[in-house]
Amino acid sequence: MNMDLHLALFLIFGAVCVAGAINLLVQRHPINSALSLITVMASLAVEYLLLGAEFVAAVQVIIYAGAIMVLFVFVIMLLNAGEEARTGGSRIALVIGVPGMIVGSTIVAWVLLKRSGTGDVAIGSLPGDPKTIGWLLFHDFLLPFEVTSVLILIAIMGAVVLASRPELSSHPEKER
Amino acid sequence: MVPLSYYLVLSGILFACGILGFLIKRNIITIFMSIELMLNGVNLSFVAFAAHWQHLSGQIFVFFVMVVAAAEAAVGLAIIIAVYRTRETLNVDQVNLLKL
Repeated sequence: MNMDLHLALFLIFGAVCVAGAINLLVQRHPINSALSLITVMASLAVEYLLLGAEFVAAVQVIIYAGAIMVLFVFVIMLLNAGEEARTGGSRIALVIGVPGMIVGSTIVAWVLLKRSGTGDVAIGSLPGDPKTIGWLLFHDFLLPFEVTSVLILIAIMGAVVLASRPELSSHPEKER
Repeated sequence: MVPLSYYLVLSGILFACGILGFLIKRNIITIFMSIELMLNGVNLSFVAFAAHWQHLSGQIFVFFVMVVAAAEAAVGLAIIIAVYRTRETLNVDQVNLLKL
């Protein structure tokens, strides 16, 4: 009963995930692509929950589906992005890329399903609760954690410099 | 019990969709979203292997990948805004010069 439920949930949300990813490729308007990417991320959060990674699932919803995608949607609306145009380069990429990726992913899937000797994963087999994750993050991974904080700081400064208007950033004293 | 390989196949499909979007899309914002899709596929395989080896380092690395993705999204979208300001287009085929 339990294992059937696990498999059923995995298949349902995996199908939603793949459908969202394919919809991202098919849609021409970027706002539709962004909304299907949110679907992919939300169903991936359920897959993380099935694997027991509670904290990662929560962070996935809050940061990825929340913060990052809001940033994307905001930029799409700010720039008033319309439907994309088909060009010669994109047609060549479509003709060569789609069969190539289908063949490549079929080979990878066949090798993984038939030839790999990996075992099964039980539902919630590795509970990643916030307490354990936080202890690891501030204990064993303290240096990488601090380095990422520096990275975020640099990214904030870079984003502010890049997105500010050029006439304001290059000659700030002209305004006075 | 779901085999580990199912999770890896799902992760591989997501990564393949990301590569495909990167190749066939011409809107710079959609190309950026394809990169996020690839990062999500990698994250799924990190979490699946963490559960398989019973080691939490995989989940910690997902956290770091998310932080790097957030930083990349902030800087990348700022670059997109700067590009749009100078060229008035989001089509990557028309953005073929480093300097105007």
